[in-house]
Amino acid sequence: MNFLSLFVLLPLLMILALFVVRSRKQILGVMVTGSSLLVLLSAYLAYHYIAVRNSGNTDSMLFTASLSWFKPLNIQYAVGVDGVSVVMLCLSSVIVFTGTFVSWKIAPLTKEFFLWYCLLATGVYGFFITLDLFTLFLFYETALIPMYLLIGVWGSGPKAYSAMKLTLMLMGSSMILLVGILGIYFGSGATSMHISELVHHPMAAEQQYFFFTLTFFGFGVLGALFPFHTWSPDGHASAPTAVSMLHAGVLMKLGGYGCFRIAIQLMPMAAERLSPIFLLLTGIGVVYGAFAAIRQTDLKYINAYSSVSHCNLVLFAILMLTQTSMTGAVLQMLSHGLITALFFALIGMIYGRTHTRLITEMGGLMKIMPFLGVSFVIAGFSNIGVPGLSGFVAEMTIFVGSFENGDLFRRVLTIAAVTSIVVGAVYILRSIGRFLQGPLQNEGHGKLDDAHWYERLAVVTLIAGILYIGSFPTGVAEIISDSFGSLLQVAK
Amino acid sequence: MSYFDNFLIMCSEVSLLIVLLILLLFDITAGKRGKQYFQPVAILLFALHTLLNFVPTAAGEAFGGMYQYQPVMTIIKSILNVATLIIFLQSKHLFESIKMKSQQGEYYFLTLSTLLGMYLMISSGHLLLFFIGLETASIPLATLVAFNKHCKKSAEGGAKFILLSAFSSGILLFGISYLYGTTGSLYFSEIAPRMALNALQIMAFIFFLSGLFFKVSFVPFHLWTADVYEGAPSNVTSYLSVVSKGSAAFVLMTLLFKLFGSYVHEWQTLLFWIIIVTITLGNLFALRQQNIKRFLAFSSISQAGYVGLGIISGSTLGMTTVIYYILVYLFSNLAAFGVISAIENRTGKIEIADYNGLYQSNPKLSFVMMLAMFSLAGVAPFAGFMSKFFIFSSAAQQGFYLLVIVAVVNTIISLYYYLRVVKAMFINQNEQPIETINTDNWNKVSLVICTGAIILVGLLGFVLDIIEKQSFGL
Repeated sequence: MNFLSLFVLLPLLMILALFVVRSRKQILGVMVTGSSLLVLLSAYLAYHYIAVRNSGNTDSMLFTASLSWFKPLNIQYAVGVDGVSVVMLCLSSVIVFTGTFVSWKIAPLTKEFFLWYCLLATGVYGFFITLDLFTLFLFYETALIPMYLLIGVWGSGPKAYSAMKLTLMLMGSSMILLVGILGIYFGSGATSMHISELVHHPMAAEQQYFFFTLTFFGFGVLGALFPFHTWSPDGHASAPTAVSMLHAGVLMKLGGYGCFRIAIQLMPMAAERLSPIFLLLTGIGVVYGAFAAIRQTDLKYINAYSSVSHCNLVLFAILMLTQTSMTGAVLQMLSHGLITALFFALIGMIYGRTHTRLITEMGGLMKIMPFLGVSFVIAGFSNIGVPGLSGFVAEMTIFVGSFENGDLFRRVLTIAAVTSIVVGAVYILRSIGRFLQGPLQNEGHGKLDDAHWYERLAVVTLIAGILYIGSFPTGVAEIISDSFGSLLQVAK
Repeated sequence: MSYFDNFLIMCSEVSLLIVLLILLLFDITAGKRGKQYFQPVAILLFALHTLLNFVPTAAGEAFGGMYQYQPVMTIIKSILNVATLIIFLQSKHLFESIKMKSQQGEYYFLTLSTLLGMYLMISSGHLLLFFIGLETASIPLATLVAFNKHCKKSAEGGAKFILLSAFSSGILLFGISYLYGTTGSLYFSEIAPRMALNALQIMAFIFFLSGLFFKVSFVPFHLWTADVYEGAPSNVTSYLSVVSKGSAAFVLMTLLFKLFGSYVHEWQTLLFWIIIVTITLGNLFALRQQNIKRFLAFSSISQAGYVGLGIISGSTLGMTTVIYYILVYLFSNLAAFGVISAIENRTGKIEIADYNGLYQSNPKLSFVMMLAMFSLAGVAPFAGFMSKFFIFSSAAQQGFYLLVIVAVVNTIISLYYYLRVVKAMFINQNEQPIETINTDNWNKVSLVICTGAIILVGLLGFVLDIIEKQSFGL
């Protein structure tokens, strides 16, 4: 039994445990124990991974294991990780852990909430550890459906509408992806759906064009590919806090991860030829998301559109197809995952106190909730890309990497995308000025309290992550970029 | 081979016949007290029959090739057996009212007779036996649809079913007569090599298939489905949608392979369009339904279209995935019908709007219903996801990518209407939800079996492997 499978087993065990326990205390006990174990497991994985790499192991995937599952279709349960998956697994653990604390007071139906939450986590972890196309797709889908009930039952605002829209768009794109996956397998003539084998069986060029489009689109919609991002603002705004965190922080990264792991790695020729079209779309998405965020007054919508902008930047960087830009893309996934989770957590906490998310109805909250206020400023600065915080590292790497491409088209696009940083400063600083500073808008807000211990724990954990990546980026960047070296080599 | 050996090869039919006769005699002879135990006796006897015929034996033929046996038939018959068994477990509600109580014996007898007909259809090697099987499967089914004689809709459904079914049988018989006229034989093995592309045989082919498409309810032969499903008692509806449809789909596939193997391009083209229309129309009509039984009727039409994806591939993988699909569909659909029949028989409520807020009063039933909906929609990680994935891959393997794309687009539409039911139960608020229903123990057992299967069948890889070992392609 490979220890990677524990990442899937643990959430499943948590689901089973949740079925048994009764009181609220026990439910939280299960969740805290489970999610802490997951954090420890990821820490162990990262440590172990670095140790093995340092000892000179240069295999593209480490800790691999496979088990025949559905023989007639040569489907295996195959696991293995490279630097990118290790980093993403660590991110997932952090978000799942903090999400648990943020949902400390969730009601009603606490047990059911965490059941779906754990199923979502199972899908996410499974997706990052598997190397088989079918299993990968299975976990991908597993992560999507719990969102429907999580938003529909525990959400706010037009929750039924948002939940249905999000589910249909994401499941719809994943069905397109399904065709792409079948095409890759049957088109390549490989004898298994294992990615490491499919890499060595590239398809004919015409087939690649067709299936690359399907696959990239399929994953891209989850990565908020413009103009198919419309599920994201509504979905994130209606979702309960922990779900927004997990969805924007981790689930949207599944899209970016899938894009390079499947679409680009398995169909390099098509990626090279078709990237301009998708680059244009993602480029527009980057700028459009930022501008759309300016117009919003609802804090969640501001962050949701900012996420659209940043997730498009991830896809943008991946499509630039240089080692630096792709490393930047993963750094951006990581950094954006932490930042957006922090944002959503803070917005949820503020909303829980003021019962409004409109920045026009709040003001001067910094005096009343200094802890939440300062944390919000840190998240904002990181989002803009202030040096020393994670946003800077990621965006810098992306833009430098993108500019490495010699041709005019890509350079012009890169310059256009850079403007999103400036626009980003506008909406972040504007909202901070509006609702954190200035005079108190609403007298009732004067009596509100600052964060509780469980909220502080979540916030501090996320800020620590942001600071760590911002201050010591080389370690993380090296793990990531090593994997891309081998990936791009195979592609060429 | 002695005369007696013929019956050994037909052991599944013989043992079913024995069960059927015992139940008939029991119904006639038992007194009032004995009849209280009718359902347990029927279930136990039938479970015994299912177990005895569970393991495939060697292939063989009886009565000079009229009856043909292949191991894959045991698998499909076992699937039908399990489905029938689950339906028996769910049937107690049906006889709770005093009016219906006296009809208990007929219900089990008629159901098993249709099952016997399906057995014969599956195993026939001769068109005459095939036709007898088809009629044995259809006529008692019509009486079952009209089973609730105190309900007008039920009678209406029965009349519709018998008329249309007789009509389609007529067309099929007409096709058979042409086949006999042009080839001079009724044996499958003799007809197949004599099939050429001449006008008479093409007509025979079309007529023959129309009769079968009616049974599977492919569009444009689907018009009876919704009315009959709505009128019939819930348990009969579930029998129609799972057992009758499943056996018909399997028979359609084997006949296309055995009888019309040389027509492969023709029937692939034909099926291609029929599948597209079936899935799409079934889905579009399902979108607007308010009555949950009509809703499931249309959803089952589009499900039949998905089965078509496996049939059209004509490969071993195709047959494997079709059987697997039927297996998973059985559990998903019966889980849904178990809940529906419990609610219908207790409260008489069959509108989707009645299910609003069901989770508040009946959390367990809602949970089962949700799993069933997810599995029918093909949502991971439940069994329906795997069966959809496999059936799509069998079509993709043969290059039917356009068909797969149409199917996946329809999957999204279907997801919407399946989620509507989930939304009603979990998200919609209702001041007066359906009262808490304490369903009987047999039904509980059936729901537990279905739930377990929806979660586990997809994860157990060997199920597909076992089916594949016995399947065959063109």
